[in-house]
Amino acid sequence: MYVIVAGGGKVGYYLAKALVEEGHEVLVIERDRARCERVAAELGDIVLRGDACEVTTMERAGFNRADMVIAVTGDDEDNLVVCQVAKARFQVPRTMARINNPKNADIFRRLGIDHTVNATDAILAHIEQELPVQALIHLLSIRGGFLEMVEVRVPPHSAVVGKKIKEVLLPQQSIIALVIEEDGNPKPPDPETVLRAGDKVVVVTRRENEEALREILTSPYGPLSLRK
Amino acid sequence: MKVVIMGCGRVGAELAAQLDREGHQVTVLDINPDALRRLPPDFRGRRVVGNGIDQDVLRRVGVGDADAFIAVTQGDNRNVMAAQIAKEIFGVRKVVCRIYDPIREEIYRGLGLETVSPTRIVVNMLREALAREPAARGEES
Repeated sequence: MYVIVAGGGKVGYYLAKALVEEGHEVLVIERDRARCERVAAELGDIVLRGDACEVTTMERAGFNRADMVIAVTGDDEDNLVVCQVAKARFQVPRTMARINNPKNADIFRRLGIDHTVNATDAILAHIEQELPVQALIHLLSIRGGFLEMVEVRVPPHSAVVGKKIKEVLLPQQSIIALVIEEDGNPKPPDPETVLRAGDKVVVVTRRENEEALREILTSPYGPLSLRK
Repeated sequence: MKVVIMGCGRVGAELAAQLDREGHQVTVLDINPDALRRLPPDFRGRRVVGNGIDQDVLRRVGVGDADAFIAVTQGDNRNVMAAQIAKEIFGVRKVVCRIYDPIREEIYRGLGLETVSPTRIVVNMLREALAREPAARGEES
């Protein structure tokens, strides 16, 4: 596979190194001369000095034959543009971007970036796995505890972010009663309502379905039962 | 009209001052507090220090209620990203984005952004000027 890595800082360097070790053809694009020299000294002649956001640099790098472009500079806006231009101009089949602000995951996805990675969310996801109950708050019991009304906050890494309510497969006898947007604005849900990171979703569900519900709304991989 | 202008360089400040004089509700956003000094002393709009590619900052300045969003920072990529957030996340109807690089400008125009490339415009004007006959020196009018 031909993989182009935009950004030759620490992340770019170790990523390129790992990819080379796995036998891929790799090219690192980096603006800074000293960083280019460091990567070249360690990994050999796989560095192109230039601005990866410039189409002329992309042409020299051979974006048109890249199987994957991974943008890992320290600036989210640069990573976005590298990936968007890679798709729009060079039809690169797969693009991946490092994001520094976890809240950018949603907009990157909507703008067609195939995958985003960020350290903050990776760490948060582990914390939330350690403390699973935090994501779900009991609001009240209905019908003698047979039904519960609960509130679930949709974390940025959740698989339901960007999905419409009608596309989310809820456990049986569960109904989304209300969606409270991050800024506190409540809105009645309809099948077309798109779930966003940070939304609080108020759901009426059966007590025994709580865990499944939490999993569906908060896990990065979707419901447990559908995982491979 | 409620307008949010991101980037208070010469262009951002001049546009903000003109729109303010015409009675529009203007908010100017810049990452650098010193840049906001370019606004004239009688500017009645809001001055906000903050990063326009941060959705929380855009929400705080009320981009969701704005009729127009103009991205004119020095960074093409910042303009492109902020403009797309304003359009996609906040649903602003009129979004205009300055992109110096004519190639990137063409690509983003193709992707549906309303773009302005000063480079392209100035090059065209210079070419037109070159094509005109030079005014003869000392000639009587």
